[in-house]
Amino acid sequence: MLGVTICVFLTVHLVPGDPIRIMMHGRIGDKEVAAIYQQLGMDRPLLVQYFDFLRHALAGNLGTSLIQKAPVTTLVLEKMWPTLMLLGFSAVLAVQFAVPLALIAAFYRNRWPDQVIRLGSIVGFAMPSYWIGLLLMLCFGLWLGWFPISGLGDGAVEKLHHLFLPSLTISLFLGPILVQSLRSSMLDVLTSEYIEVARAKGLSEWRILIKHVLRNALIPVITVLAVNISWLLSGAVIVEYVFGLPGLGSLLVRSVGYRDYPLIQGLSLVFAALVVIVNLLADLSYMLVDRRVLKA
Amino acid sequence: MTDVSVPMSSSVFAIAGGEIRSWSPSLKIGGAIMAAIVMAAIFAPWIAPFDPNAQDFTAILMPPNRAHLFGTDNLGRDIFSRVIYGARIDLVIGFLTTYVPMTYGVVLGAYAGYLGGRFDGVLMRVIDVAMAFPFLVLIIVILAILGPGVQNIYIAIFIVAWTMYARLARAEMMVERTKDYMTAAEILGFPKSRIIFRHGLPNVINSSIVFSASDFVLNIVLVSSLSFIGLGIQPPDPEWGSMISEGRDFMRQAWWIATLPGFAIVLTGTALALIGDGLASRLGERHHTMI
Repeated sequence: MLGVTICVFLTVHLVPGDPIRIMMHGRIGDKEVAAIYQQLGMDRPLLVQYFDFLRHALAGNLGTSLIQKAPVTTLVLEKMWPTLMLLGFSAVLAVQFAVPLALIAAFYRNRWPDQVIRLGSIVGFAMPSYWIGLLLMLCFGLWLGWFPISGLGDGAVEKLHHLFLPSLTISLFLGPILVQSLRSSMLDVLTSEYIEVARAKGLSEWRILIKHVLRNALIPVITVLAVNISWLLSGAVIVEYVFGLPGLGSLLVRSVGYRDYPLIQGLSLVFAALVVIVNLLADLSYMLVDRRVLKA
Repeated sequence: MTDVSVPMSSSVFAIAGGEIRSWSPSLKIGGAIMAAIVMAAIFAPWIAPFDPNAQDFTAILMPPNRAHLFGTDNLGRDIFSRVIYGARIDLVIGFLTTYVPMTYGVVLGAYAGYLGGRFDGVLMRVIDVAMAFPFLVLIIVILAILGPGVQNIYIAIFIVAWTMYARLARAEMMVERTKDYMTAAEILGFPKSRIIFRHGLPNVINSSIVFSASDFVLNIVLVSSLSFIGLGIQPPDPEWGSMISEGRDFMRQAWWIATLPGFAIVLTGTALALIGDGLASRLGERHHTMI
């Protein structure tokens, strides 16, 4: 995490180009530029600036947005919930259709239903999320008019209604990865001895799959979700932009447009923190699914 | 690759034919689609019925018809021709952004895995930091600093994308290092670089090759996403992502502008993923594609 802060700090500060000048498009002279730098404390040695940045970040202060003139922390916290809701909703949706499909694929392994699901996952994997988003918008938003196509409404029900299409978009991208990893981990579990025992007891294949295999195959899926959180967040950036959701992603795209460096710096730090936290939570959740980890 | 039983007289094509026959269906289908797309990109001027950037104000926003298979956009440009020409841009970008970082990523990872110690430690910390960021976010931040455009996309991806390959190669190399043939090479007194390049690399590169097929897909999607949010290829170049982005404003009147170029991405991606799938089963179960 310390490395992350150094990296964030350096990328924003060590780059060629002068943010203030770019922002002002050469409308101000050298003296004014120097004054602004002094005001922002950017004329001091880099190391001092870094420790300042770190101290403030630890205290929850990520600086002030150059454009919106508001504290970055406030802006980020405000936009965090839509993004988290979007991710949570998409994960739920993805699991909804990934588990049944993976069960079918594992049951009919290497026969045609498995092949069809595999091909479907490959095609799903290759679809760009912004394009699926546009297609869903076109179908369900414009033609059928079932769902709103942009923004985030008020109240819980409204919000879920607005979030459905964006979440579906992300889950169509996440789902294929889940299906395939769940399938392969179920096939791994199927080779273990206690499955032989279950077969010898004369249990039906479906019962074995659902009762004995699925639970043990879930651990790799948590890993897959955690490993892919970085891809998920990437997807969320694009999807939020497509659907005009007021989340971290669209804030990032907008702040890049305005070259609002403190905001970009704060946002990238928050994104990295999310990845680290999710991976930590995944490690903890193994213990809930699998008590054996606790003993190890 | 080398089939000893083939008689000397048989032509190169016969060997290639025999090689192809042994491919799995997914490798065959993926390879065929990919070959067709590459051909379309190379022979774009002969296949495309119109100049991709020629504007025709008598034919604006025409739905797909016989003259314009995919219709025309708001400037009267033929979308089918633009999709064909787009293959040139997207394939080159996808190829470079995948295989350039793979080259030095694998070498760095192989060295780290073989040498261990401080070099390995520093490299792994760098990789950990790079991996803590969502890939797209890191690329966007670098582009925010460098400014949009193809050249800067290359720079941004070259800075970040090698990490995955370095990790793969390092993990494989740490296993290979303990094997007997490596010990034998060491006892023979070969220099480290020779052991790593001649003995280690051929054995650790497979997982990266398998991974690169799905990485290729993701890179095409990534670059077209960047174009879509306005940080990538600038109009009027016919890149698939920027075409979709341009069509977004006309979704209500002309659905075909944004939707049809997307099929080109899906087709290319599916072909590449199929190739990765085939390679994975051919080179051994322990190598994984992303899907």
